Amino acid sequence: MTNPLVEINDLRVDFPGPNGFVPAVRGVSLTMGREKLGIVGESGSGKSVTGRALMRLLPPQARVAGSLRFDGIDIAAATPRAMRALRGARIGLVLQDPKFSLNPIMTAGAQIAEAWATHRRGSAKEARDAAMSLLDQVLIRDPRRVYDAYPHELSGGMGQRVMIAMMLAPQPDLLIADEPTSALDATVQAEILRLIDRLVTDRGMGLMLISHDLPLVSRFCDRVAVMYAGRIVEEIAARDLHAATHPYTRGLLDCMPRLDAPRARLPVLARDPRWLA
Amino acid sequence: MIEVQDLDVRFGAVHAVRGVSFAIAAGESFGLVGESGSGKSTVLRALAGLIPGWTGAMSLQGRALGPKRDRTFFRSVQMVFQDPYGSLHPRQTVDRILAEPLAIHGLDGAEARIRRALEEVSLSPIVRFRYPHQLSGGQRQRVAIARALIADPSVLLLDEPTSALDVSVQAEVLNLLADLRAARQLTCILVSHNLAVVAHLCERLAVMQQGKVVEALDVAALRAGQAQHPHTRDLIALSRDLDG
Repeated sequence: MTNPLVEINDLRVDFPGPNGFVPAVRGVSLTMGREKLGIVGESGSGKSVTGRALMRLLPPQARVAGSLRFDGIDIAAATPRAMRALRGARIGLVLQDPKFSLNPIMTAGAQIAEAWATHRRGSAKEARDAAMSLLDQVLIRDPRRVYDAYPHELSGGMGQRVMIAMMLAPQPDLLIADEPTSALDATVQAEILRLIDRLVTDRGMGLMLISHDLPLVSRFCDRVAVMYAGRIVEEIAARDLHAATHPYTRGLLDCMPRLDAPRARLPVLARDPRWLA
Repeated sequence: MIEVQDLDVRFGAVHAVRGVSFAIAAGESFGLVGESGSGKSTVLRALAGLIPGWTGAMSLQGRALGPKRDRTFFRSVQMVFQDPYGSLHPRQTVDRILAEPLAIHGLDGAEARIRRALEEVSLSPIVRFRYPHQLSGGQRQRVAIARALIADPSVLLLDEPTSALDVSVQAEVLNLLADLRAARQLTCILVSHNLAVVAHLCERLAVMQQGKVVEALDVAALRAGQAQHPHTRDLIALSRDLDG
């Protein structure tokens, strides 16, 4: 492969606040190919904003600087038409809560069929068949029932499968999953991540998995970028996570309660102002 | 302290809780673990008096609980919910949020009590006149805990109190809950899908599946791998798996 799929160079994003612009992303650079990259950080670390910037989905008042390239295409300079050709078709986005990201007054199947038809152009029958097959691929046992169900009739895990099916319909090159399982409980969480993992691997796509859960991400990704206050403080191969050196990464790992190691008190993350430098 | 016998809850055709029984001693922390839909939150809500139409028997300090609870009950039993965005009134300041339970229970010395409550949950006094949207998720959950504790309850019901928080903030809130529990000798019931969180805060737990308690055991046995039921074993395997 000649071109990396994503090249981000010195990305800076500021949002207007009551007292001037507030930085959300402060100089992020990263390159990824068709691999699985995890971006981890706490709320407000800029991880989601980085993902959104790549799809140019930030609100208009946000100030974006630096360069963003997807498969060689300059995102900042792309025309709105070029961006529409990119979103969905080449970059899919799965959000946290299917309750809010699915259309509540359209059946699950109709939404998937619509996504398919928008990008692939085919008859209504073809769209319906494609949607059925996608529901099958996201391991829904009874695609017929789910096809005709409205989002409120589906469980969280089921809704997220529908969301994933919809995103896979146009066969994108990159899937950005922004906290795809945070609204789900542990068993379903593992199922959904395994499903994403398998689909991404089978199709040779790139995956950007954005999450606050470091151990979870490291289990499903090749590489992990840890973000703190708008910067990447550490980039590490997932299998070397236990050897992470940055105190923030170590702090995130240490402050989780563990089943195998009882502790009277959990170590609390002491934030060092030098991490901001 | 708390006794639940054969608790049954139905929502229309859905049989959400099926014959759940457990007993909790004063000062003990008890965990209820299970997946979404296992009925764990419903048990907690029935106990708190938030669900009408349950059958079975529940008692607090030896007194049977009926469908309607009196003021003494609400003073001694308080609840903290999962989502601090949803459980605090968006148009009331922290001061007003904390003043309300005092007014309801007719407690005097509101000024000193509110100041002490904020101090107890390690919130700075300036937070007092802010609105919930001006606070972070962790601060909001501290306000919710302060509100629960301000009327001096003896029982604290915690429904996924840290699931909406970052892990670093979760650690702070779990430490806070552990401290408060020790300082005030609280009896706690913690509902969570996270086995590690329950093991951290509780001495004993029950695992629920499809409305039933499938296994009850103490945390030491859980950590030692003495769980019997396959569902408990699944949850343990999953927890270890994700911990890496």
